[in-house]
Amino acid sequence: MLRGGTVAVWLSLSAACAGGAQPPAPPTPQDDSPPTEAAAAFASTYQPMPSQTTVLRGATVMTAAGPTMERADVLLVDGLVEAVGPDLDAPAGAREIDATGKWVTPGIIDTHSHMGVYAAPGDASLSDGNEATSPNTAEVWAEHSVWPHDPQYALALAGGVTTFHVLPGSANLFGGRGVTLRNVPSRTMQGMKFPDAPYTLKMACGENPKRVYGGRGRSPSTRMGNVAGYRSAWIEAADYKRKTDKWEADGADPAQRPKRNLRLETLAGVLAGEIRIQNHCYRGDEMAVMLDIAAEFGYEIASFHHAVEAYKVRDRLAETGTCASMWADWWGFKLESYDGIRANIALVEDAGACAILHTDDSGGVQRMNVDAAVALAAGLEAGLDLDRDDALRWITINPARALGVEDEVGSLETGKRADVVIWSGDPFSIYSRAELVLIDGAIAYDRSDPEHQPLADFMLGILPEEVTP
Amino acid sequence: MTPARKVVRAAWLAALVLVSGDAAAQTVAVTNARIHTVSGSVIEGGTIVFEDGRIVALGADLQAPAGALVIDGTGKVVTPGLIESSSQLGVVEIGAVRQTVDASSSDDRVTAAFRASDGLNPFSTLIPVAATGGVTRAVVRPTGAALIRGQAALIDLDGARPADLIVRDPLAMVSALDQGAAGRFGGSRGAALMRMREALQDARDYAANRGAFNAGARREYALSRLDLEALVPVVNGELPLVLDANRTTEILAAIALAEEFGLDLILSGAAEGWVVADAIAEAGVPVVTNPTENIPSYDRLAISLEGAARLAEAGVPVAFSTGVLVGSPALGTHNVRNLRLLAGAAVRNGMPYADALRAVTLTPAEVWGVAEDVGSLEPGKSADVVVWSGDPFEPLTRAEHVFIAGREMDAPTRQDRLLERYRSIGGAVPEAYKK
Repeated sequence: MLRGGTVAVWLSLSAACAGGAQPPAPPTPQDDSPPTEAAAAFASTYQPMPSQTTVLRGATVMTAAGPTMERADVLLVDGLVEAVGPDLDAPAGAREIDATGKWVTPGIIDTHSHMGVYAAPGDASLSDGNEATSPNTAEVWAEHSVWPHDPQYALALAGGVTTFHVLPGSANLFGGRGVTLRNVPSRTMQGMKFPDAPYTLKMACGENPKRVYGGRGRSPSTRMGNVAGYRSAWIEAADYKRKTDKWEADGADPAQRPKRNLRLETLAGVLAGEIRIQNHCYRGDEMAVMLDIAAEFGYEIASFHHAVEAYKVRDRLAETGTCASMWADWWGFKLESYDGIRANIALVEDAGACAILHTDDSGGVQRMNVDAAVALAAGLEAGLDLDRDDALRWITINPARALGVEDEVGSLETGKRADVVIWSGDPFSIYSRAELVLIDGAIAYDRSDPEHQPLADFMLGILPEEVTP
Repeated sequence: MTPARKVVRAAWLAALVLVSGDAAAQTVAVTNARIHTVSGSVIEGGTIVFEDGRIVALGADLQAPAGALVIDGTGKVVTPGLIESSSQLGVVEIGAVRQTVDASSSDDRVTAAFRASDGLNPFSTLIPVAATGGVTRAVVRPTGAALIRGQAALIDLDGARPADLIVRDPLAMVSALDQGAAGRFGGSRGAALMRMREALQDARDYAANRGAFNAGARREYALSRLDLEALVPVVNGELPLVLDANRTTEILAAIALAEEFGLDLILSGAAEGWVVADAIAEAGVPVVTNPTENIPSYDRLAISLEGAARLAEAGVPVAFSTGVLVGSPALGTHNVRNLRLLAGAAVRNGMPYADALRAVTLTPAEVWGVAEDVGSLEPGKSADVVVWSGDPFEPLTRAEHVFIAGREMDAPTRQDRLLERYRSIGGAVPEAYKK
């Protein structure tokens, strides 16, 4: 029996990513350099839904960029955050929303999702997340498995999730490219694609690759086999990159072009700094090895994922500016997750590294605020100096950094996309619900209005009205 | 280090010094707390007294007895210990490490004679971790692929008393009528039901004809002698049958099966149960479910976050479990400590607070037949008592004191020990010297 969330745990053999407290600047849309062929293909067709100038009045506003503001307003103009503060002047005709007693946060972001590639209803026919046919499948792109009609997106939206990153599974040393999506209904994957968000490459450490391929009597069957696999691939990629760079430097004569290789193109994109590494890696000692490999070949790891032992090497994460995407409290389902502790996220934060709460789970993604509260509670119990504003960053701006979209989303700051959640109360209370979710200033979800609640094609008419959830 | 942590560690050190003391014999009084008795009304500013492992008194106008260990409950909330209704605590340590997994028999399609308790490891590190969430009792049930999987046991979570860990065994027979079972036993729900009937008919026949069977004068049975023997109390209605059933079809079939054979049925999962809540209520069948699951699949298209609240509203006894409707052991057995968050989520989705608290205390105690001993705070009952820093359903609240039969669970867990070891890192002395 395959279910979206379940499959993710067992096959997700997933990866971890690393970014840093101050990660390297991602390629930005402002660059004048022409897009690579790969970036130009399958281009985003995302268009924000219609929005109007809106002002939220009198809320407790958490911006993820500064301390919580009591009784503050948020002004949204042209789908962007215009201003946050007390008693804002709103343009004439602006929609006024009384948010007194409510809490307002940026939209929530998950760095690790398999929505769309392990879609509901879970079944082999929709199991498209793990191309477990070779230890190196850097040539596959998760977006080509994404089903835009997965009913799980709408459930996550009701939990305040406005952006998420879909990764291939973690059976392979190199699992393929990940894609960052806007949580909006669309007929096509391209219509969900976050415009100009950098591509990522999923890598996986540890038990998964060696189990999957060792079980078939082929390499890798050990952790040392894993490392040999990574390094051999990077050597090949560096060679490919040298050849293509030289061809470009020599004038890029189409007739002289080296033969394209999709696998090496992705790896070379990493070496060129255009594609960010999201690296499934549970154990601290393996993270240290992966950081050395990155140094050897001259790339950076945006974030480790599933990093249950990040706390053991949090100094190294801070030094290298590497993020860790972590669960609040998953542990023990395999040996490499046995040392998971609830204070993990808080300890990484305390060390000055970039701490992220991720889910890898289509159930958990609906309750990231609760998981963040669990992680915060563990940190407070451990005596660390933390507060709700820290916990909010674990599910907003820090994931935005790891994905290279922190200039556009992840906090409520002037000029950023107006991805906003209005909560019924303290978002770290078990009882609070996302009442209104805005994406680019448009109402993407309104708990009180079925007209503003998307319904996936799959769910349409599949049950009689009276038994529809 | 927070004051709370200091308290815990101080208690731990004291325990090391007083190894020979019988902690459960100590008289304990929690004073001036908000006490949720569950069976009665909430007592504001109340005191609860327990000694020799039993609750002796509680009320609003009660003095702590002289000589009692007094815990100031000002601003705190006291509840009964929580009860997890479906776990593999003690029979799964690390999901993917085979040597540590004793949760099933892979022998056959019917392994009714398999007892989860036979492989129970009282020293599992999962047990004290679960207790940190205020969980004091748990059902340990077989997993696996069999149609009838075996017998569940009820344990308490005081792993320091390995000989006394098991509270009731066998507690129930565990079986499945869900999509997975259908796929394995004939390829359809009807085929699974056919095999289930065959097993129950054989058991009923065997129960009435043991002598003839042993003399070789009875027809052949589809089941082994051991499995038949194990099913006799089930067909006699003496041992509950837990049936995993999610789709409306499966639920209705389970109820019909129970009527046909006179079974004491407990539904597990019941993802679409709310659709036929009245029928379940009318049959008097309790439901064990997880109110946070809502991902639709073909065996649970109508699954809803509001399902549990609707079942309770219809009068169905509802117990919550971290372990049902969840495919991931990382979310179930390893995080039984999150049972309280399930109750909070149910409240978020429309269930009255009192019902949600009951769904993790008294209702499971009633479902599992141990309500005379646990599940509520009443004089004479086992002192399974939790003192919370605030509302137990809130993630920012913590269980400050967890008593199981009067003994406080204050030893640090393996996870606490890891935290202390790595509280500071990278010093001159390797962390491995910090014990």
